[in-house]
Amino acid sequence: MTLLAVERIKLFSTRSPWWCMLLALGLTVGLTAIIAANWDGSPMPVMGAVFTHTFGLYVIMVMAALAVTTEYRFGTIKSTFQAAPDRTSPMIAKAVVVVLLSALVGLAASFGSWGLSWLLADDTSQLALSSGNDWRHVAGVGLVFGAGALLALGIGALVRQTAGAVSIILVFALVLENVVGLIPNIGDDIQNWMPFLVAQKFILGDPDPSGIPDGAGPPAIGELSPWGSFAYFAGIALAIYIISLVVVKRRDA
Amino acid sequence: MIEATGLTKHYGKTVAVDDLSFSVQPGRVTGFLGPNGAGKSTTMRMILGLDSPTRGKVTVKGRDYRSLHDPLRVVGALLDAKWVHPNRSARAHLQWLAKSNRIPSRRVDEVLDIVGLTQVAKRRAGGFSLGMSQRLGIAGALLGDPEVLMFDEPVNGLDPEGILWIRQFMHRLADEGRTVFVSSHLLSEMAQTAQDLIVIGRGKLISQTSTEQFIKDATEDTVRVRSPQLDRLRELLAGRARIADAAASDGALVVHGVEPSFIGELAAANGITLHELSPQLGSLEEAFMQLTKESVEYHAAD
Repeated sequence: MTLLAVERIKLFSTRSPWWCMLLALGLTVGLTAIIAANWDGSPMPVMGAVFTHTFGLYVIMVMAALAVTTEYRFGTIKSTFQAAPDRTSPMIAKAVVVVLLSALVGLAASFGSWGLSWLLADDTSQLALSSGNDWRHVAGVGLVFGAGALLALGIGALVRQTAGAVSIILVFALVLENVVGLIPNIGDDIQNWMPFLVAQKFILGDPDPSGIPDGAGPPAIGELSPWGSFAYFAGIALAIYIISLVVVKRRDA
Repeated sequence: MIEATGLTKHYGKTVAVDDLSFSVQPGRVTGFLGPNGAGKSTTMRMILGLDSPTRGKVTVKGRDYRSLHDPLRVVGALLDAKWVHPNRSARAHLQWLAKSNRIPSRRVDEVLDIVGLTQVAKRRAGGFSLGMSQRLGIAGALLGDPEVLMFDEPVNGLDPEGILWIRQFMHRLADEGRTVFVSSHLLSEMAQTAQDLIVIGRGKLISQTSTEQFIKDATEDTVRVRSPQLDRLRELLAGRARIADAAASDGALVVHGVEPSFIGELAAANGITLHELSPQLGSLEEAFMQLTKESVEYHAAD
């Protein structure tokens, strides 16, 4: 418990986590506001309010990566390991704090987006959270943010430098996952298993047919069910995080 | 107390520390002396469990550092004053450290007071001068009121006032019965700070002895003498010591092979006035360089 408090003090006694959280929230909610205000011709569906969660996700992953890379950058990781030489316990404490916080930001961002859509969209007849799928579209963002933060922590602890960790996350999510689809023959099959695209299926996949006229909406990629997709994404995050724990324990600080 | 046995550390093909064995006793300031790149910091990191030894082991109070419960209460260390987040306040930095080892937060105020940083506790540590950073690092080392304290090159870059403060501070800690282990690459600094010396070069132990003994062994006794009756003194000393004239304009004698006290007594017995009688510290540094010459890793081109 004390180590949780330690990580909380560390995170909140510098400014960059605050900025990242505000930015994640602002980007997601702000872009949704533009979408909602311009939604014409048909009732706005629930998932229309959460398209923008991916922007917030990238920012929150940067925050999570920073939470560990700045410790390496400024050498405070040595003080951390001096104070808790088993190394695993402070890293787990950091993960608990960062993942919970990221999930909260995710929930705030998705419910904020959804709430603002109520106010701004012309036709809100389909915007009510009337089914399990509707709830998954909105509340699921919290889970994806949490899992994404765990993945970013793992990458940050493995790479140990901010620029490297952030580049890996952004290049993978924004470039590689899309470019992979261009590979002839096998590209699509590989793309179906790209973690960030799969995570999007958890949020946007299998909408209620009543809310999406003619099955329109973003293509949800992947072979798995929405919940299976989340399990896949979270599993990858957990695997990389656990590898980072083993490496951190063995490596010279 | 700190005990190293056969401590060895390889980084790839580089041997940073080579079969090093020594022990550091409580109640004394022990200097850890060696040229840059000799393996002092690596050894200290291994003591703290930050780097794992390739072979051998090192214990603090008989235990592996990584097995200590609340280690900050046993060992306090300042390895690098810059290991602080620049945007975190001095107080917040000490607070998370204290919290991690269940040290009450009133202790944070105490150590801030001890090192004289109370006034600037709320300022961001990134704006601190080197001297203030060193003080903050020392405050961190003192947090757990530990029996063992380690400082890596604590006076580097400090002004004379800061150097004096740290020197007196370390003596006080040792007088309280603590184990104080402090590294430096300057023998002249260690000569004034440490009672015991562990000297290493290229990762190998060169000597472990008292500072007094080390200096005695390492330097030929060299004394500078000035006197209005220089010729008379020269006659008296002839045959008992080697004498060389210093720069002619200076009018001083440089005497090898006898103690200053011997010259002083000789002068008094013969009614000779002395204007200067000083053991030569410059030769101390030379002697140290002589000792470690073969073990210096980075030579300047001749």
